[in-house]
Amino acid sequence: MSIMTYREALNQAMREEMRRDETIVLMGEEVGFYQGAYKVSKGLLDEFGPMRVLDTPITELGFTGLGVGAAMVGVRPIVEMMTFNFALLALDQIVNSAAKMLYMSGGQFSIPLVVRGPGGAGHQLAAQHSQSLEAWFCHVPGLKVVTPATPADAKGLLKTSIRDNNPVVFIESEVLYGTRGEVPDGEYLTPLGVADVKRPGRDVTVIAHSKMLLVALDAAADLAKEGIEVEVVDPRTLRPLDVETLLNSVKKTNRVVIVEEGWPQYGVGAQFVDVIQHGAFDYLDAPILRVTGADVPMPYAKNLEHLALPAKQRVKDAVYRVLYRQGVGAQGHA
Amino acid sequence: MKSSNAATKTANLADLMCAPGQPAAGTMEERARREDLTLLKTMLEQMLLVRRFEEKAAELYTLGKIGGFCHLYIGQEAVAVGALSTTQPDDYIFTSYREHGHALVRGMDPGEVMAELCGKQSGVSKGKGGSMHLFDKRRGFLGGHAIVGGQIPLAAGAAFASKYFQQSRVTLCFFGEAAVNIGSFHESLNLAALWKLPVVFICENNRFGMGTPIERASTLYDLSQKACAYNMARTWVDGMDVLAVRETLKEAVDRARQASAPTLIEARTYRFMGHSMSDPSHGHYRTKSEVEEQRRHDPIKQFTAALEATGIVNQEYLDELEQKVRDMVEEAVAFAERSPEPDPKELGTDVYVD
Ligand SMILES: Cc1ncc(C[n+]2csc(CCOP(=O)(O)OP(=O)(O)O)c2C)c(N)n1
Ligand SMILES: [Mg+2]
Repeated sequence: MSIMTYREALNQAMREEMRRDETIVLMGEEVGFYQGAYKVSKGLLDEFGPMRVLDTPITELGFTGLGVGAAMVGVRPIVEMMTFNFALLALDQIVNSAAKMLYMSGGQFSIPLVVRGPGGAGHQLAAQHSQSLEAWFCHVPGLKVVTPATPADAKGLLKTSIRDNNPVVFIESEVLYGTRGEVPDGEYLTPLGVADVKRPGRDVTVIAHSKMLLVALDAAADLAKEGIEVEVVDPRTLRPLDVETLLNSVKKTNRVVIVEEGWPQYGVGAQFVDVIQHGAFDYLDAPILRVTGADVPMPYAKNLEHLALPAKQRVKDAVYRVLYRQGVGAQGHA
Repeated sequence: MKSSNAATKTANLADLMCAPGQPAAGTMEERARREDLTLLKTMLEQMLLVRRFEEKAAELYTLGKIGGFCHLYIGQEAVAVGALSTTQPDDYIFTSYREHGHALVRGMDPGEVMAELCGKQSGVSKGKGGSMHLFDKRRGFLGGHAIVGGQIPLAAGAAFASKYFQQSRVTLCFFGEAAVNIGSFHESLNLAALWKLPVVFICENNRFGMGTPIERASTLYDLSQKACAYNMARTWVDGMDVLAVRETLKEAVDRARQASAPTLIEARTYRFMGHSMSDPSHGHYRTKSEVEEQRRHDPIKQFTAALEATGIVNQEYLDELEQKVRDMVEEAVAFAERSPEPDPKELGTDVYVD
């Protein structure tokens, strides 16, 4: 085991994979000379040279489409989005080309491509730079969507995503880049589609992905002091989703809270609710509650931003409510 | 790729390549005399095959045997035939949804193409793509793409791959004139020029994007000038003259293969039919007499006349060719009709690969 940051774990994953396989290239804005907008690609240009670490102009649609085309004929591109907000400009190529090529060619062209970069809110980045857009990608058959929360998962899942022969949307978090954690030494791969119980418990299941995992674990630690044992489950991969692990937890605890940073309407958590009501209807002792981002564009002001994001107290309140205990000002949404 | 990270060099005005290339000189007959006889005959056969195939597709569409959107290539045959006559078997081809012609000229089996149009299991894309999504990996035919301009960055990507793997492959990318106004066109041309990618962009200016003539969509009509913004070689060609297209493409394909540099070519052509099968050939956006006038420049008639005038073909040859092509199309239809629909199990396959 080594202790490292989430950022270093991602860097190691790319470095190891690029050493292993010469068909892998990294392209995006500022990934080379500048060492990455968030320094995730630090040192890669030095090691692999400008043929494999490609600085692009600010042209998300263009370089993402270029990556998809290259992936049709043997290159395995990693396309970095400076942040996922800008992936909206590349949505046509991700959704209309990458996700559909295999199907509409009758199985002839697979797209081994990773589109990665940070999603979600940072600190006071305001409306256009703070979005959690995973639900947009999760909706699309043909894509895989991965959202690691810990350094170990960041490394293991990125390596697996790079080896996957399908287009993978890999959403990191700016706020997580500096977090530290243990990462197993040596070749470390984490399978896609396998959730992880990050904290076992018997009373309530809290499902949380990406940086909401940290909020959930924080709430769980508090609640443990009150004698409430929360089981925290991180799906890690949103598509394919490990339904079985979610259901097993629900069948044990009979109560569920979902924490997600994205907007409430049609969000990722709504999908969890659907699979749980379908697969564990008779096990539920309370309606499922969701703690989500507020249903508004992200405000700039510190206090307002804080109100817009799921926080520990709101998770705790939701847990009290699914236990039918008196929480303070408990609310499901927003 | 050495340029991608290199410090920007100061642009040298003498480097600017936006002076247009020379349109092919001389008459079609003069050009024909310079070409190989077998090749000329093959090209005529290809043009005729596309024409008869598309006429048959129109018929099958009217009978309800072909569904969806179906965009015919009638009138534009000289572009695909002239352009693809300059490629090697391992080159890559990308096109739009108006791609039956390119597919056939690239050597894809007419039966499998027709089967795809009819949504049959034996179609080139197993019946899952349809008229707008023909693919053939073995022939480097990388699709049929139905989002206007969507194939342009993909083509830059395939060209990037051949450069990355140090192969001498060239990528040809076809699109309509309406696509030059879309962002992906500009982003891709910039990347292709910046990274010196071996790709030829062929804008088939058939004068209309659906019902909108070019003049109502752009203030610039000499479309290859768009390349000037990216310091890219450019030219235009009479897209009704198959041999002029061939000569123009040869130069561009050489530039891509030898110098790894892209070119933008505008091929000036005309579509004789409606935008798709659901659009009449004339009506509120163009008149019957305009279409009739354009049909006088029919690329097949022009080419046939030139080959007759030079004594390369005679009427007897032409009659036999006509019969041969009609038989091929009939056979393609028969193959498509006797092919089964996709197995229902195919619904869920090819979404992900292992
Ligand atoms: C992005 C996008 N917008 C609109 C359409 C609908 N559409 C399909 S073809 C077409 C006209 C395109 O004309 P052009 O590029 O000149 O090609 P042509 O059909 O003439 O071959 C339009 C508007 C589309 N497919 N994609
Ligand atoms: Mg057009």
